[in-house]
Amino acid sequence: MVARMKFIIGGIIIVVALFWLGFVGFEESKAYYITVDEYRSMQESLMGKTVRLAGDVVAGSIDRSKPQMEFIIGSGESRIRVRYIGNDIIPDTFTDESKALVEGDIAADGVFRARHIEAKCASKYEAEYSNRTSS
Amino acid sequence: MANFGNFCLILSLCLSLYALIAALVGISQRQPRIIRSAENAAYSATGIITLTFLSLVYLLATDDFSVAHVASTSNRALPIFYKVAAVWGAHDGSMLLWVFVASIFSGLAIYQNRRRYREMMPYVLAVLMVNLSFFLLLNLFFSNPFHRLVQVFADGSAGPFLPADGQGLNPILQHWAMVIHPPIQYLGFIGFVVPFAFAIAALCSKQMGDTWIRTTRRWTLLTWIFLGVGLILGGKWAYVVLGWGGYWAWDPVENSSLMPWLISTAFLHSVIVQERKGMLKVWNIILVVLAYLLGVFGTFLTRSGVVSSVHAFADSNLGKFFLIYMAGVLAASLYLVIDRRDYLKSERRLDSILSRESAFLFNNLVLVVACFAVFWGTMFPVFSEWVRGVKITVGPPFFNNINIPIGLLLLFLTGVGPLFAWRKTSPKSLRRSFLWPVIFSAATCFVIVAAGMRNFYAVCCLTLCAFVLIVILEEFIKGTFIRIRKKGENPFSAFVNLTLKNKRRYGGYIVHFSIVLMFVGFTGNTFNREATRQMEPGGEMEIGDYSLKMTGYEDGQTANYDFGKVVLDVYRNGKVIGTLKPERRIFKTGSGQMTTTVALHSTPKEDLYVVFAGMSHDGSTFEIRANVNPLVYWIWFGAAMMVFGTIITLLPNKRSVVGSRQ
Repeated sequence: MVARMKFIIGGIIIVVALFWLGFVGFEESKAYYITVDEYRSMQESLMGKTVRLAGDVVAGSIDRSKPQMEFIIGSGESRIRVRYIGNDIIPDTFTDESKALVEGDIAADGVFRARHIEAKCASKYEAEYSNRTSS
Repeated sequence: MANFGNFCLILSLCLSLYALIAALVGISQRQPRIIRSAENAAYSATGIITLTFLSLVYLLATDDFSVAHVASTSNRALPIFYKVAAVWGAHDGSMLLWVFVASIFSGLAIYQNRRRYREMMPYVLAVLMVNLSFFLLLNLFFSNPFHRLVQVFADGSAGPFLPADGQGLNPILQHWAMVIHPPIQYLGFIGFVVPFAFAIAALCSKQMGDTWIRTTRRWTLLTWIFLGVGLILGGKWAYVVLGWGGYWAWDPVENSSLMPWLISTAFLHSVIVQERKGMLKVWNIILVVLAYLLGVFGTFLTRSGVVSSVHAFADSNLGKFFLIYMAGVLAASLYLVIDRRDYLKSERRLDSILSRESAFLFNNLVLVVACFAVFWGTMFPVFSEWVRGVKITVGPPFFNNINIPIGLLLLFLTGVGPLFAWRKTSPKSLRRSFLWPVIFSAATCFVIVAAGMRNFYAVCCLTLCAFVLIVILEEFIKGTFIRIRKKGENPFSAFVNLTLKNKRRYGGYIVHFSIVLMFVGFTGNTFNREATRQMEPGGEMEIGDYSLKMTGYEDGQTANYDFGKVVLDVYRNGKVIGTLKPERRIFKTGSGQMTTTVALHSTPKEDLYVVFAGMSHDGSTFEIRANVNPLVYWIWFGAAMMVFGTIITLLPNKRSVVGSRQ
């Protein structure tokens, strides 16, 4: 019985410690995952929070001439300008009209600052094979 | 041929449903003849599903683009090797692969045990057929790979459509690892259906000894190693094809194959406690049910895109069916466990915290917590959408924060487990057995810290690796010396015989050794370096001890794609060590997708990993990204060692009689 109690106490200590570590990591890395449409309607409450934004890259909007690449993504009627401030290489699948996922937050000038981009081709490729930049 | 495939699919569904009903009728009426008939129907289903599978292979090999699956995953110029692999190039074909593997497993398990366990086998048959019928149903109605393309004319009428060429297999799947990864991963996802079926059959027939565990020991191990190899191949593929520099990103698809591996690892260990001590009976059944369900869940996650897309969950009918099925299986299993709890009483209690039982218990606890954390993190977007209406995702910091300490804890347990005796360990023997491992690992710790390593987790990990390594070596050395003394064998044959006389134990140690090697490889991650440069011919870049000099650019084409390669001479500390040619391919089919092919110079010390990341519009400058990733080599080497160790444990014992307990 003593051994059993020791095991239970040891187990609880381990689980609580891991739970705490998990909570810290959770707070650090949680991000709202929404479409551009939804973002527009919730913009006020999401100020300063990390957001993963999904939308389609507007054809012809990719501007690589600036030091930091800019482009526009949209879903439904909404559009948002995105500036890529990350260091990873842009995925091959990131082209006009591809489905893009950008992670970052909104700057004071209303431009979305993406630290991270994922993209997948418009039509034929299945979801799970999305190309990505990550670290 | 498409009609034939479809017909076979329907026929096999009828056969497996018949086998299920016949098995149940046979059980209730105690009629061996009906049970025989159910067995035969199950074998026929296996045969017919094999035909179904072959007809899809035939359609792909003969470029029948009137079939939607063929048109969307293959094209004329695709090498035949990839045409066959295109079976699992999209959702519907992979479901057929699933069904195919499941039917082969069911047929084999039934055939292998047809003369044993008269009480249990009809139940085993029934459970296997429930599983098979469910997936056949999905395959037939929700993801039928034999659907033909249809075109709708301006007047509203519809007719068959035959495109001149297919869209081609997704270019990033055109790699050897992706050809073999899905089938191996599926063998792992599906394999647990056999131990699961035996566990449920044992509950139903109230044969609650550990027969079900012993009979399915090899199935469990095989499935486990398939899951492990599937994980590693997936990582290898991500490493050399996706080109972002790593092999693991806590992606939902990766997580879904990790979860069953974690639970099955727990199961492999906890069954030993049941066999030796008669403890953990309920726990083992729960683990095997979870392992099976997580396999099904893994298939569901990888195939449905539930987590990766913003809002897909509610729209997917497939999702609802999977959920209903999984909930049903879980409820039925729990009911059986509760109903049969009197047969599942533990024969002993835990005697001491310093015992091997206790090491196994902690191992199980930690593995299950790891699995739960991965599950929580993976599914959090779905849960948060249910509860709050908005998807919230969690990233790698969450997974790493929990799983790195868990990994280290497991490594620690791998080391101390073999040093503890069953029941309890005396303080004297503890001191004796811990002496050398502690001395050696403390020395390792001292050396690496003195050498300048300051990362806490990296130091812990390498110290523990040294500890486990010495424990394993000691086990082998002690055993070998005993044989040399007692049997007068020479050291080599003593070593080999030691391993072969107790394959399970020493094969297990070899697997533990492989885990140590892989952990060494994971530690390398802490010291990765990265550099990106725009280069022109003649340009140079430096990273670590290496310098890369661009000497030229080659381009050309194959039937399938155009390619461009940057030619780089690689110097290490000033000496030429070779040429690397990172490549970009632009595929001719579909929307002209581009892929990168990583150029690797791999040594046990570190990998030099070079990606051709892009080029300027006028073609004059080339963006090259180089990574130096230390110790990655040991992950792949460790994986090979893991397969070797598992094969040792799987070798048949000369004297053993399966199913009898002495």
